[in-house]
Amino acid sequence: MSRFLLIVRRDLRIAFRQGGDSSMAVVFFVLAVVLFPLGVGPEANVLARISSGVIWVTALLATMLSLELLFQADYEDGSLELLALAPLPLETVVLAKCLANWLLIGLPLLVAAPLLAVLLHMSAAGFATLALAMALGTPTLILIGALGAALTVGARRGGVLLSLLVLPLFVPVLIFGVAAVDHAIAGLEARPLLLALAGLLLAALALTPWASAAALRQALE
Amino acid sequence: MSLFAGHDLTCVRGERRVFAQLDFALEQGNALVLRGPNGSGKSSLLRLMAGLLRPAEGAVTWDGAPIDQDPETHHARLRYVGHLDGVKSALTVAENLSVWAGLAGDRPHGGDVGAALDRFGLFHLSDIPARMLSAGQRRRLALARALVGPAALWLLDEPTVALDAPSVAALLRAIAEHRAGGGMVVAATHADIDLGAFSELDLARHAIPWSEDAQRQGDLPA
Repeated sequence: MSRFLLIVRRDLRIAFRQGGDSSMAVVFFVLAVVLFPLGVGPEANVLARISSGVIWVTALLATMLSLELLFQADYEDGSLELLALAPLPLETVVLAKCLANWLLIGLPLLVAAPLLAVLLHMSAAGFATLALAMALGTPTLILIGALGAALTVGARRGGVLLSLLVLPLFVPVLIFGVAAVDHAIAGLEARPLLLALAGLLLAALALTPWASAAALRQALE
Repeated sequence: MSLFAGHDLTCVRGERRVFAQLDFALEQGNALVLRGPNGSGKSSLLRLMAGLLRPAEGAVTWDGAPIDQDPETHHARLRYVGHLDGVKSALTVAENLSVWAGLAGDRPHGGDVGAALDRFGLFHLSDIPARMLSAGQRRRLALARALVGPAALWLLDEPTVALDAPSVAALLRAIAEHRAGGGMVVAATHADIDLGAFSELDLARHAIPWSEDAQRQGDLPA
């Protein structure tokens, strides 16, 4: 456990020292969402109708962009070899890096989402559900994205390949995430959809670290 | 039965057999120097010993048990210094080392970190971001990793590259002390360094020439 936290702290410290990379994802998220009122026009009911979809799709793209480099820097400077040789399972290392990335990217997205919802005239009834759905959905996105990043580590032009691998896997999170918010706005029960998101998170937690670790071992051979 | 040994090892890299039928054996306090021309598989053999790479045939064993049976225990007893330094530019010199010290040992190694940096003349640079280090200083920081926490086996890939004479001397002293305490060292090097008593393994003798291997696999016309 202490080793797990050590890796989380290390990644957070490196990210804070370097600035840039992780805040870029949040800035991308905000800017891309702000483009929509400019693109589709300022009519409140049109914006309100598309608000949940816009926020989810943009959050999904922001997560994907930020994950391209999740393992790349460690792979290039040799740290990934050393992490693989540390006396803890590589699966734990993957989970620690995912947690660090969630704190750096998922959490700021979660905070920014309700503010952007106001901008898009989303009904206030949807705010709490949006925050909850994002809290359940963003870790799933990061876990799946980490698998894509592990599969493409060391590959040239890995970014394009990563999006091809990962975007189809993001679809269930998108569908349930948008539906949960839309249900809440329409005054329907959003709980089953949130439970489905929780189920996706648990499945991702149980499956992706093993797959990611196997992909990383392959990359290190 | 030797403590750390490999039997009948065959290494395949990208469908090419790099070496075959290779054996090695090490007892406590032994040192093994890997020699051979570039591309003869020195680094691959070190990675096989570390467990980063799996042999196509044969097995690496510790005390008779294959290392892949319990990789974490094997990782806990080895320090691997590859040709990449694994130094994070954003962290300070001391932070870089204490991350690996913390991962290697169960308890914090605060004192060990300072002592290890001191051994390689990096103590006065402790609070400097690692991006300011020269190539030789980065190498010394990577080697200092071997010194934090106890580890029975050091695997060093070209440890003397970019090192100045005093640093090479410090490395040799560290290796001698490690061996005096029962530790084992495997180093791949082209440099003529004096390790005291050591055995040599010439990978050129186990190498499989490109053309021969390709012909056998039918990839190329004879």
